[in-house]
Amino acid sequence: MLHLFKRRERKKRDRESVDSGILIFAVTSDVISGERILKKNGWPIRVMGPPSEIQTGCDLVIEFPLMEKLDILRTLEREGISPISVVPVSSPLLKPVDLFVLKDFGEYLMARAANMKITLAKEDLRIVNISGGGCPDVPYLAYQMVGKPLLEAPQPRDIGQTLCAYALQLAYEELLKKCSR
Amino acid sequence: MLAIIGTVPIQDFPITCGRICLTGMNLSISDTAVDVNRGTAALMAAAAATCNFLGTEQPYGFLVGDIGHGKGSRNLYKFFCTHLPDYSFNTLTFHYLQPIAHWHNNILAAIDAVAPRPVTIADAGFMYAAKMSGYARRYDLFTPDVGELAFLADESAPHPLYTRGFLLHDENRAEQLIERAYAHGNAATVLLVKGRRDLVVRNGKILHTISEPCVEALEAIGGTGDTITGIVSALISSGMDRVEASVKAAMANRIAGSLANPTPATNVSEIITMIPNALSSLFSG
Repeated sequence: MLHLFKRRERKKRDRESVDSGILIFAVTSDVISGERILKKNGWPIRVMGPPSEIQTGCDLVIEFPLMEKLDILRTLEREGISPISVVPVSSPLLKPVDLFVLKDFGEYLMARAANMKITLAKEDLRIVNISGGGCPDVPYLAYQMVGKPLLEAPQPRDIGQTLCAYALQLAYEELLKKCSR
Repeated sequence: MLAIIGTVPIQDFPITCGRICLTGMNLSISDTAVDVNRGTAALMAAAAATCNFLGTEQPYGFLVGDIGHGKGSRNLYKFFCTHLPDYSFNTLTFHYLQPIAHWHNNILAAIDAVAPRPVTIADAGFMYAAKMSGYARRYDLFTPDVGELAFLADESAPHPLYTRGFLLHDENRAEQLIERAYAHGNAATVLLVKGRRDLVVRNGKILHTISEPCVEALEAIGGTGDTITGIVSALISSGMDRVEASVKAAMANRIAGSLANPTPATNVSEIITMIPNALSSLFSG
């Protein structure tokens, strides 16, 4: 019985993987823009890590339903974004973190996602610090965001380029959620 | 002599190399002023402050502008590989650079060609590249924070963004993460783990735990991890044993943090200003 269950699970997984493709872009900022455009258009896509055989460094890919390939490519093209490659999913993809930590400092609140931390003053929701990370756009993001109110600061997804920027966006959204409650 | 290799968040900043000079909070490299805020500039300022205190040779810097596109990092990787044989560094500290496996491997090959081999220290993006490339064991010192320790412990993660949840949950159990990082060959010989408790580890064994003075606000302040890496780099370059240098750097950073009496809104430059006093109290005590 267990054997039968495992076989069915395997078949299900195989079917799922054959149905999916990944869009590979030259730079992470195109992935971040592509995600925004496709989600706005209602496509069921996910930002994931590439399979190990195509990892080169600071990589993200967009997983999409393979059957919708042409429509999705047209949507991206209309916005001036083109992937450098589109391939079916052949091995497991890595999932970005979905675990967030909030730390209360009294007058300040900090959110952390993976290696990135963002802190705001509770009184006026001004971003007071950004720490962590290792990609070169982290200091740039800090220069652009620190000192500005959370809702008025540029978002990492709009001005960031790397996986650290993507992690900072997740932490930023966590603070936004907390502050809108 | 210590060399520090990294980036500044200014797109058109050209490759600049030369002696690092710190006067007050004015940092310059080869007569080019650099804003001390966070990132590699904070690391350089902390290293220069430590060298000033020790009376040792000022560090040498290799800087380029990069705001995340990676072009500046690639240019600097290429420049450094070409010019490394022209210098005689005893310690190399790699910092905020775009993590690119291919270029990391070229850098490692260039270092291997140098005799005697310098002490190699990696933090931030270059540490990610070292781990992703599978060559972490070739390094003398990594300086991860606890989140990055979970990344080192996750053998399948090419970047901290992909660290699996069960490892992130384990952050309070640093011992297990350290064991796992070493078991998979994803740690340098010595680790200085920066966190609520700073841990100094050699070959998987925790040798020292530093937890006082405890300044909670430091976690939120951008650049406080960079300053520890700067201090430890300067101490190692002065000839100090790596484990002892790691302990002293962790303590000095905590004391400097405590002297600055910071809030989570404090700028790291206020802490760097306190490094000479912190070192003075540490070495006289």
